Amino acid sequence: MPIDPLRRKLLGGFACAGAGAAILPCCLGRAALAASEGAGMALKPVADGVYALRGADELMSEANDGAIANLGLVVGDEAAAVIDSGGSLVEARAFIAAFEKVTARPVRYLVNTHMHPDHVFGNAAFRALGATIVGHRNLPRALEARGAFYLQNFREQIGDALMKGVEIVPPTLLVDERLELDLGGRVLELRAWKPAHTDNDLTVLDRATRTFFAGDLVFMDSLPTLDGSLLGWLSQMDGLAALDAARAVPGHGPVPADWPAALQPERRYFEALARDLRKAIAGGVPMAEAVKTAGRGERDKWALFDAYNERNATAAFAELEWE
Amino acid sequence: MQKQDLRTWRFVLPVASGLAVALLAGGTICGLSGPAMAQQTQASSDRIWDGLKGDVFGDKAIQDDGGLVRIEAPKRAQDAALVPVDISIDPAKAPDGVKALTLIIDVNPSPVAATFRIGDDAGITHLATRVRVNDYSYLRVIAETPDGALHMNKVFVKASGGCSAPAVKNMDEAQKTMGQMKLREFAGEAGKEPEMQLMIRHPNNSGLQRDPLTQYFIPAHFIQDLSISQGDRPILSMEGGISISEDPNFRFDFKAHGNDEIRVKATDTEGKVFQGHWPLETAGL
Ligand SMILES: [Zn+2]
Repeated sequence: MPIDPLRRKLLGGFACAGAGAAILPCCLGRAALAASEGAGMALKPVADGVYALRGADELMSEANDGAIANLGLVVGDEAAAVIDSGGSLVEARAFIAAFEKVTARPVRYLVNTHMHPDHVFGNAAFRALGATIVGHRNLPRALEARGAFYLQNFREQIGDALMKGVEIVPPTLLVDERLELDLGGRVLELRAWKPAHTDNDLTVLDRATRTFFAGDLVFMDSLPTLDGSLLGWLSQMDGLAALDAARAVPGHGPVPADWPAALQPERRYFEALARDLRKAIAGGVPMAEAVKTAGRGERDKWALFDAYNERNATAAFAELEWE
Repeated sequence: MQKQDLRTWRFVLPVASGLAVALLAGGTICGLSGPAMAQQTQASSDRIWDGLKGDVFGDKAIQDDGGLVRIEAPKRAQDAALVPVDISIDPAKAPDGVKALTLIIDVNPSPVAATFRIGDDAGITHLATRVRVNDYSYLRVIAETPDGALHMNKVFVKASGGCSAPAVKNMDEAQKTMGQMKLREFAGEAGKEPEMQLMIRHPNNSGLQRDPLTQYFIPAHFIQDLSISQGDRPILSMEGGISISEDPNFRFDFKAHGNDEIRVKATDTEGKVFQGHWPLETAGL
């Protein structure tokens, strides 16, 4: 088969790819209580000059404005930085309105901890504020591969109204390994991780208060989702635990959380999942069967277990098969 | 905008007419900012297939499977990038075997996921692989018997997407390890032939995503030709393969003949060739 014509045709053909959309179990919502309820969008003070917005332990939905991830704000002498932009412009704007009550400093940076919609769909609102968008060196590539799909699928999931104005806005300042951001008398230490939750995980440590914004490298209460590498995640647990942090803001879960105790539940889950899957793989059990039972012992310990566990098991099976 | 309009750009590998690539052009370009798309239903998936089958199989009649071939997949796919698919052939209904199996995913931009050819005396009655599914869709298998007749079975899959897009999860690793192969052999269940599982490291990127800002399409890069043989005797080959998941993975039963080694050759769309060979272990299993 000639390759060039094939590719040209594929490229042409893709004009309409991604046209389909699906209603997704991973983001169909229960009734929500988060951001949209009146003045519910209150920032939680986490440490001196550090605030967080607590996301709902739910799937993204019309009812919760897509506000399921924890968002962060750090205020320096000259400027502020925001960590993640939220799952819709509605959420992003409510977040902006809330933090304008605690600081008048300009938002110099928006740090995206990774590619997932609940963390990046509000980006356009921060671009409008003139913020420089910062991300892992792999984030632009990941958004290229998924952006169109996310925009299509989440329209189904959270509705047209909430998708209004949502754009995939990639970062312009990229982090290879480490980067320091100066907010005036206050330095944020950014660190790009190897593939774990995704292949574009970025964390933020506020040096002044030793508050660690872990992004989705840390899930508590809500079941972690695996969209990168299980082995990569497990192998970086010790590195995460060794960080000199006093407290963490997890991507999902209570704010603030003790550090490094915050890592323990997800570590236990991943180890259980890996143990079950390795046993199945060694015994020649096919993927479709193995994923039905792997990790089930953790079911009572997590919200959204039924929404995500089989999906995690599927991804992990494909990875562990190569061991 | 009608759903059907979105499906008129097509790239298919006609099975009946050999390897020529047919492109059916003439559709509209759909903007991402366009109206909301409803997910496919069984009826709309069938309509897509009705518009497509002539391009794949010409005017050959496609019969109901009548129990000869069966395709299984989870009703609700957990990861749109990794949907397990299981195809089985009933030897009682196909005493002369099956020559080819074509796997179709109606809603994917390139609906012909792959075409498998079965070696004459390979004895394959079961084939499992993993595919990317872009939307709710029927997955179809069309089995061609040696008399040229076509038999179809289908299963409807609600592909989950959202946070799990049909994209490569760990791109650097996929590039770094590309071409590694692993072969596992399993003893068959009582009274059954042994099974073999072939795994190939490859991003197998369908190129079906585009950058919403630049409108630039990420080039496709996938294994488009694969042959598995015992010595010189073909067991299974695959053409196409665009919707096969990253790290293509095939598990099937087969009838061993003698003790010749298992040989595998795979060629990707960039012309890279990956080869491997393994001793036949099944005799000892
Ligand atoms: Zn995430």
